[in-house]
Amino acid sequence: MEQFIAVVRILLLLSLIICAVATALSKRVMQALIIFTCYSLIMSVLWLLLRSPDLAITEAAVGAGVDGVLFFLTLRKLHLIDKDEEEAIPEEEEGVKDEN
Amino acid sequence: MKTDLFAHLKEWEEGNWTPDQGQAEASSLGPREEKEIKEPKKKIIRSLEKKELHISAVQYRVISVIVCLILSLVLIGTVNFLPGFADEDTPTTNEVYEHYIEEGRDQTGAVNTVAGMILDYRAFDTLGESFVLFTATVAVLLLLEYKKEGKKKREDGLDYRLDPIVYALAKFLIPIILVVGIYILFNGHLSPGGGFSGGAVLGGGFILYAMVFGEEKAVRVLSEKTVKIVSIASLSFYCLAKSYSFFTGNEFNGVHSVIGPGNPGDLLSGGLILPLNLAVGFVVCCTMYSFYMLFKRGRLD
Repeated sequence: MEQFIAVVRILLLLSLIICAVATALSKRVMQALIIFTCYSLIMSVLWLLLRSPDLAITEAAVGAGVDGVLFFLTLRKLHLIDKDEEEAIPEEEEGVKDEN
Repeated sequence: MKTDLFAHLKEWEEGNWTPDQGQAEASSLGPREEKEIKEPKKKIIRSLEKKELHISAVQYRVISVIVCLILSLVLIGTVNFLPGFADEDTPTTNEVYEHYIEEGRDQTGAVNTVAGMILDYRAFDTLGESFVLFTATVAVLLLLEYKKEGKKKREDGLDYRLDPIVYALAKFLIPIILVVGIYILFNGHLSPGGGFSGGAVLGGGFILYAMVFGEEKAVRVLSEKTVKIVSIASLSFYCLAKSYSFFTGNEFNGVHSVIGPGNPGDLLSGGLILPLNLAVGFVVCCTMYSFYMLFKRGRLD
């Protein structure tokens, strides 16, 4: 069981780093936002593994929930997400509108 | 060449010579010739500007990468000097920590030592944190609130009620989220969590409600008046409660507080920790909710 947890921890840490880099590098704002939310979610599981469940609850509620919503609203107000869609429609044609 | 330059510099300093001397007078051409010469010149200048821009952009990138590398190296180096995880020889492992672990439960009556610390031993820190949140709400209110005259409905084409997946999930999840939030709030002194976590979960639940069922419905649950009264009442209660225990003291100062720690493990125990948890939770919940409403609508009602 301990070995399993160690493996899971390493996987989580790796995906944490990947998420952090991908947030900075992704071209589309909506993508970056979703990856950032994933980052918070992974971080909350890591807090749990570090034995601070109170921080895990807060991270899940604030980082993955409220933060994402506030970012989303701000980007919508700045019309950054709509622009994304307009640019993306000729490329991908379908399945783009589902994002929002 | 060198002596020439120095001589010019000396003259420039004295005011007898300027760098553009001899070049400014060269435009004594007729208007037609001037035009003919100027346009290709402009093109050259533009291309030069573009080149310079390109060079400066490259420089900018290179410098930013170097700065990032230096910063991250400094940070990683600092992390190397931190004590190891759960190391026994750290400076924080002293008698304060031992006192919290050994006496905390009996003195504060909270099974959750973290709650005992942040809401009893160090309650003033938490009061400051609550006021930070309140100040943030006030700042957002000042920045983002717009007057009611422009009451045009902002059609942004987002109606989650038409989305069957989101609607069904939200209908199912919102009560559970709210109940979990209230549970975390009320069990702050017994289980992990407490004011901030519970308040954030509650606020998230209300935000989900406002998102899916529309702000008009959410306002009926949490109106502007309610938000303001609840947050101000919670903060005032926190201030009063903490100044009360500040003036009357507590058991370990020799003076007995009216509200004792109770029987550790009971729901109604831990003295002031449960009401303080509730106060912090309400402030956090109202802050989250008002952030959402102000970002979305520009007003709370």
